[in-house]
Amino acid sequence: MKFGVETIIVGIGAFLALLAAAFAQDKAFESHMWVLFFVLLCAVVVLLRRSSFTTAGAVSADADTSGYFDEVVKYGVVATVAWGIVGFLVGVIVASQLAFPDLNIEPWFNFGRVRPLHTSAVVFAFGGNALIATSLYVVQRTTRARLFGGNLAWFVFWGYQLFIVMAATGYLLGITESREYAEPEWYVDIWLTIVWVAYLVVFLGTLMRRKEPHIYVANWFYLAFIVTIAMLHIVNNLSMPVSFLGAKSYSAFSGVQDALTQWWYGHNAVGFFLTAGFLGMMYYFIPKQVGRPVYSYRLSIIHFWALIFLYIWAGPHHLHYTALPDWAQTLGMAFSIMLWMPSWGGMINGLMTLSGAWDKIRTDPIVRMMVISVAFYGMSTFEGPVMSIKAVNSLSHYTDWTIGHVHSGALGWVGMITFGAVYFLVPKLWHRERLYSLRMINWHFWLATLGIVVYAAVMWVAGIQQGLMWREYDDQGFLVYSFAETVAAMRPYYILRTVGGLLYLAGGLVMGFNVLMTILGHVREETPIPGSQPVMQPAQ
Amino acid sequence: MTKKHIDEISGVETTGHEWDGIRELNNPMPRWWVITFYLCIIWAVGYMILYPAWPLINSATSGVLGYSSRAENAAEMAIAASEKSEYVDRIAQMPVEEISQHPDLLQFAMAGGSAAFKVNCVQCHGSGAQGAPGYPNLNDDDWLWGGDVNAIHQTIAHGVRYDGDDDSRFSEMPAFKDLLEPAEVRQVASYVYSLTGEPADVALVAPGKQVFADNCAACHGEDAKGDVDFGAPNLADAIWFYGASENEIAAQIAKPKHGVMPAWTGRLGDPVIKQLAVFIHSLGGGQ
Repeated sequence: MKFGVETIIVGIGAFLALLAAAFAQDKAFESHMWVLFFVLLCAVVVLLRRSSFTTAGAVSADADTSGYFDEVVKYGVVATVAWGIVGFLVGVIVASQLAFPDLNIEPWFNFGRVRPLHTSAVVFAFGGNALIATSLYVVQRTTRARLFGGNLAWFVFWGYQLFIVMAATGYLLGITESREYAEPEWYVDIWLTIVWVAYLVVFLGTLMRRKEPHIYVANWFYLAFIVTIAMLHIVNNLSMPVSFLGAKSYSAFSGVQDALTQWWYGHNAVGFFLTAGFLGMMYYFIPKQVGRPVYSYRLSIIHFWALIFLYIWAGPHHLHYTALPDWAQTLGMAFSIMLWMPSWGGMINGLMTLSGAWDKIRTDPIVRMMVISVAFYGMSTFEGPVMSIKAVNSLSHYTDWTIGHVHSGALGWVGMITFGAVYFLVPKLWHRERLYSLRMINWHFWLATLGIVVYAAVMWVAGIQQGLMWREYDDQGFLVYSFAETVAAMRPYYILRTVGGLLYLAGGLVMGFNVLMTILGHVREETPIPGSQPVMQPAQ
Repeated sequence: MTKKHIDEISGVETTGHEWDGIRELNNPMPRWWVITFYLCIIWAVGYMILYPAWPLINSATSGVLGYSSRAENAAEMAIAASEKSEYVDRIAQMPVEEISQHPDLLQFAMAGGSAAFKVNCVQCHGSGAQGAPGYPNLNDDDWLWGGDVNAIHQTIAHGVRYDGDDDSRFSEMPAFKDLLEPAEVRQVASYVYSLTGEPADVALVAPGKQVFADNCAACHGEDAKGDVDFGAPNLADAIWFYGASENEIAAQIAKPKHGVMPAWTGRLGDPVIKQLAVFIHSLGGGQ
């Protein structure tokens, strides 16, 4: 049997899930274990159908130990695109729920359960798969070594998908730790820890067997991302389950210590997952797509270490004017200000890599996508330090300005650089001459850009209005607005925000179609983008 | 490895390494970047000297400015209170019904009452004080416990059926499903409904009137106009508390719902409650 051991292990897992469902201490855990059981059962069936029943020990014909291990990257790219579309769709749903509260469908699809579904789907399912897939691609290319650990990479991929499914179904069942961006309960956390350590082993192992003498900058960022996320995940999720057969656990922290731990995690999820990881992506795919050297090696070293050192302290700026002691608020703000230039170092290196090839912004829609991504990165890493200043934060905190800020980073930077990487990878991984359609990338670019601009601009206006209404006093010193009035005032913005999200989702669907057609081997008949045709001799 | 390699387009030397075709130029860091980075660090260090910043064993450095966000908040609150103190002190000394005789105090009380209402009362009574089923509309002239400013003040200060206050307004209509036959409940509901509307079955009204006289008139009055001393609602107007249909009236007779309003004295203090009373009295229905 080709997957004998794997099938048996997954089968045992399914059996254990069944036992856990039978002896569950609470209804939520029972339901969740049934979900796990059916997922693992499906996995067993799929594995059995794939088995070739060759004699054990016989060398399989398609075994390939010479080149790079790209099959898992292909799966990762498909998962990235698919989860991305799901995440954007759920985003549009939660945005609609805020604009039209009747869309809250009790109990599974109310805002409280669907919102973490959205954040986890885009950050961990879309972003996480993008990071895992690209890191495994990049680390092989830049070390000239095959992935370490053989099928361990498959375990990382499928294990991570299982984590996503368990997290998502748990939210809808009402299972949550209520820790922002870390909502899954203790048993899902433990599973993710195992998968993440395997990921670290694959990545580090590949780095150690590298055939290049030096480690490329993209890999520094990927490694920083993997190591720090492991640390953040473990510390933030330290908790004691009520029962080992129950869904509920209690955090090891309480009070303001808990709040600080959560924002230490939350801010560095932004810093190391959504920034450092995607900077790794940028440092490989931009020079590759543009065909130019990275602008400055020295800048990359300095901004890498400055970013890594400074980011980890900035979390307290999420807790200005709270029970958090003043000294921690001061440090959080001061480190956020110092973080501005290290963040911009990445933007400079990304943009200036285009020097000598600026015309590609006009002729190559993939480059255009990457450039706007870096531009949004620069904008949101400037906005972040500004919002960390206490005087600004006293206006912006708890308002939709924060939501707008996060989305200009997430939709603009994370989304766009990932789309660029996907468009780069798909033809290479499936050995196609080119993508199904380059003009559809243009469509995707404009739909997504318009969507982000609508979203961010609307949320700025909404957030600032909200903040000003909350602090509006009349000339006798009395509050002017009730909270409900400030909520009612947000309605038009919430509707417009939904429109922005719809545009972004439409762009995602265009990408999904383009990628699917490319994988299926189709090529669209279309007039080439002016100037995009290869020129035999450099114009001089 | 350190073989020199010059990038043709920019003429800049590279580091000599190459990964999958990617090279790195040996450009210096942009000067403006380095200078801005240093300035940010200098600023941050200065800020950390001026403000509380570094944790010690049992405390933290307090900073040259001696700043504390709690002290800042207390100072701002003290300034705000002192600006209002002239009015607040006078209101505190004065019976609530006299406030409206002083135009400056009336203006202040209206603003303060409106602001306090937005924070504390809109959750039940609605942002327009229009109420909801089970929560009285404060704009009409139907008052369960009296609509003059003193009665309103009393209700806000001590609440309705509120456990934590001995002076709370209290009334409890019995559940008539234990005292009347179901048919009698229907009859009296028809009668009560007939005072302002067209009941479904007119034949029930006459026996209902008798049931009412025997069981209900003691609190709601012979004319069904209620009595604010018992908190007994006026049934002869078209304003209904728990629903305006005969079925809902019958349900309220059979097994009445009783709302609770908290006593606000301890929470808001007497001057604010006086302002609220003046504001609510002004809403249109005040007696």
